[in-house]
Amino acid sequence: MSRQGLVALACLWIAGLAGLVSWGGQAAEIPLQDRQSGYQLMTPETRAMQDDDAANPGMLWVLDGEALWQRKDGRANLSCADCHGDARQSMKGVAARYPAVDPGLQKPVDLEQRIEMCRTEKQQAPPLRAEGKDLLALAAYVARQSKGMPIAVVEDDHTRPFISAGREIYERRQGQLNLSCANCHDDNSGKRLAGSPIPQAHPTGYPLYRLEWQTLGSLQRRLRNCLVGMRAEPYAPGAPEYAELELYLMWRARGMPMEAPGVRP
Amino acid sequence: MARALINVPATAKPGEIIEIKTLISHPMETGYRVGYDGAMIPRDIIANFTVTYNGDEIFRAQLSPAIAANPFVSFCTVAKESGTLTFHWTGDNGFTATETAKITVE
Repeated sequence: MSRQGLVALACLWIAGLAGLVSWGGQAAEIPLQDRQSGYQLMTPETRAMQDDDAANPGMLWVLDGEALWQRKDGRANLSCADCHGDARQSMKGVAARYPAVDPGLQKPVDLEQRIEMCRTEKQQAPPLRAEGKDLLALAAYVARQSKGMPIAVVEDDHTRPFISAGREIYERRQGQLNLSCANCHDDNSGKRLAGSPIPQAHPTGYPLYRLEWQTLGSLQRRLRNCLVGMRAEPYAPGAPEYAELELYLMWRARGMPMEAPGVRP
Repeated sequence: MARALINVPATAKPGEIIEIKTLISHPMETGYRVGYDGAMIPRDIIANFTVTYNGDEIFRAQLSPAIAANPFVSFCTVAKESGTLTFHWTGDNGFTATETAKITVE
């Protein structure tokens, strides 16, 4: 091979490598006006299922949650309603502000963790089973009261360090496939991974009914799914990384309307 | 008691075709899955669903293990007179659930 040919080949190789690096480089954030909910990527049938309260299976959990809201429990013999009254008023917009930094704990807690805190501290009852029917039902009932409201997590001196911690996790490559969340959800959203469209990862509808799960699930469950898919080891249940990631994702989706309980394929 | 969602129009004109939607919470365990302990998970499904309109049966379905959890069944019928629709599900392990809905035809 001629000297020029060799040089050309070397240039090609370097260009190829550069391409690979740029694909895996710093993820470009999705501009605010270009954001879309995973709802936009669904088939008309699945959208209809979410939109119709008589067809949305998540409403079964909302109804259960409504009943649980009134149930007295624990050594304090208090129901949620005894302190918070009518959830339709008192819980309006609450889920749109979660995760929030708890002043006592000095760290972010998500909606499910907040319900558990109320339960163990105020009701003095044993915690509900994580990802169990009752906890999901209460979370779905509370989240439902914010349906259609814009996501509005607080961005201040208390939350900012945790939002950046969440962003750092979101952009960190991990697992055997050496992928970050951003590699799929920022750089390749809208394209397909196998047969499924890659959404932008805006958690607008949680807790949501996933047809694949055949049940309602929390955002933490979804995050564990993604981590397993990247062949990374999921964080331990309740690990602070989840709340930080959730906080970052909700901040990233700020202003987008709440859909809970959503339906996703 | 299983949680069910029934959607029947509150009012209809005589002879009008109305759509009825039903959704019930149920795991619909197929009986073909293996649990974490390696043992088969026994079948637990809703097997039958019937709907009566003022006592007359207007809809019947036999459900199979291939039907997803929380089955959603919708169908149409003709509104003939005011009265009550009764929805009845039965299944494995003695599962039964009954719901009613009122309709006014005028």
